[in-house]
Amino acid sequence: MLSLVIRRLLTGLVTLWLVSVLIFAGTEILPGDVASAILGQERTPEALQAIRKNLALDQPPTTRYVRWLTQFVRGDLGKSLVSGTDIAPEIRNRLANTAFLAGVAACISIPLSISLGLLSVIRRSGFIDKVINAVALMTISAPEFLVAYVLIVVFSVRFRLFPSLALISDATGFWDRLYIVTLPVGTIVLAVLAYVMRLTRAAIIGVLSSPYIEMAILKGVSWPRVVLRHALPNALAPIINVVALNLAYLIAGVVVVEVVFVYPGIGQLMVDSVSKRDVPVVQACGLIFASAYVGLNMIADLLGVISNPRLRHPR
Amino acid sequence: MKLGRISVLSRRAPFTAMAGLVIVSLNALAAILGPDLAPYGEAYPAGEVWGTPSLEFWLGLDNLGRDMLSRLLFGARTTISIALAITLLSFALGAALGFSSALIGRWVDTALSRLVDALMAVPTIISALVVLSVLGTSMPVLIGTIAVLDSTRVFRLCRAVGLNIATMEYVEVAKLRGERLWWIVRREILPNALPPLVAEFGLRFSFAILFVSSLSFLGLGIQPPTADWGGMVRDNAQAINFGGLAPLLPAMAITQLTIGINLLVDGFLSAQNPDRARAR
Repeated sequence: MLSLVIRRLLTGLVTLWLVSVLIFAGTEILPGDVASAILGQERTPEALQAIRKNLALDQPPTTRYVRWLTQFVRGDLGKSLVSGTDIAPEIRNRLANTAFLAGVAACISIPLSISLGLLSVIRRSGFIDKVINAVALMTISAPEFLVAYVLIVVFSVRFRLFPSLALISDATGFWDRLYIVTLPVGTIVLAVLAYVMRLTRAAIIGVLSSPYIEMAILKGVSWPRVVLRHALPNALAPIINVVALNLAYLIAGVVVVEVVFVYPGIGQLMVDSVSKRDVPVVQACGLIFASAYVGLNMIADLLGVISNPRLRHPR
Repeated sequence: MKLGRISVLSRRAPFTAMAGLVIVSLNALAAILGPDLAPYGEAYPAGEVWGTPSLEFWLGLDNLGRDMLSRLLFGARTTISIALAITLLSFALGAALGFSSALIGRWVDTALSRLVDALMAVPTIISALVVLSVLGTSMPVLIGTIAVLDSTRVFRLCRAVGLNIATMEYVEVAKLRGERLWWIVRREILPNALPPLVAEFGLRFSFAILFVSSLSFLGLGIQPPTADWGGMVRDNAQAINFGGLAPLLPAMAITQLTIGINLLVDGFLSAQNPDRARAR
């Protein structure tokens, strides 16, 4: 098993490296470089030269890539093109905010969606099942901002229970933060919930068609016990996969949600920087999002291996 | 697909699939005839800002006092045509590369597959943001970027389907007969790969609608004053704080269309594969 784990870790690292090359190359190879992005319309050849020199853009791409990556790993994310200040402190701050939002959303959505998925299998083809399917279709089809605005209209405008803007600062305490992010978290949970539920249900139903389940039913084991004791452990690997997929989905979904609620997270920073064409900030944010995504997928694979005795003790 | 087959499918189709078909057709009509049906111009300030619905303005007015219904109709054409262009392009690209990868194999397959793996290792929206920060937002850039990112999924499907069919005896026979690659793809593989590809087309189309709308909503997609559903949500977002419902209308327009597409695809898949329909 150890070799399997090590191999998986190595693949993850190689993927990350490839991604960093892609992100760097994406901002390099594409026509229109950083210097012209800064100057915009009023660029003269002399000004372009000066800025290229200033940003070391006149050096070969490989040199710049190596320096960019080594500095990134050391925690130096470079300087913003717009404000000229170091990016790292701002990103660290916003990363913490985003991690808080995503963490709270994950803590609620994962246990909730898996238990609802289980419930729908236990009460198979009943009323709950139908409701879950309909809700799943709705939330898969609706863009995040629709869910967000509906929540705002109901809970913020109509009943005045929660704030419609999730403005927080360093001084905001933990419980206040929790209160303030209620609606953003609600939006993410709703977006992820039905999807995980449906996939959990599919994974367990897949296992339920195996012969040993039929055996359990024939020997008179009660239906909830069949589902929870016989089917669930064998469906764990696919369920873990589903959870990781959704955490990854959550990473992307967080961008829109942060913009809707003006939450000072890394997604909002990235969107702002794209419209200002602040390429170093976009690169840094992109690499952070990508690392989180690759890392989550890797952890999911490892958990999948650990949860499966056949992989844990290979013959 | 022959006409007779379509009528058989539609007779077997459940209520939800018919509902999906109706929704999608109505949207197609709106996209084609929308600008002619619209009572006011796309950018014409017809009344007061965020005016409430009235006989004159059925769905009220937007943030610049433009008629909401008219802009929704204009937006239908923009959003749907751009999403369609993206889907067609990503299918052309993904299918061409995917089938060649499956048939040629060797280093072509390895190189393309690794590239796609790396592209798929980053969430699509993040890659799109990185590219847009360099190229800026214009219609061709938007369509090209999303199509390339989206084609990775089409590539995987086509490669899998292609590999599956390439080992079939009739493909082997055609190869032995000395047919060329393109002929084999067109006459032997495509007809057999069609059902999963059609379903995937629907799903990718609904994804493209959501994706373009999200980018427009973030202010990085289609630029004003062109009406598109995602951008309209952004334009009218402030109305929420004054108790208005203006941003909900374009958001619901997006949702009804994607729901319609999903219902249609579901119906299509069940009609293709009755086992699946019964299992559900």
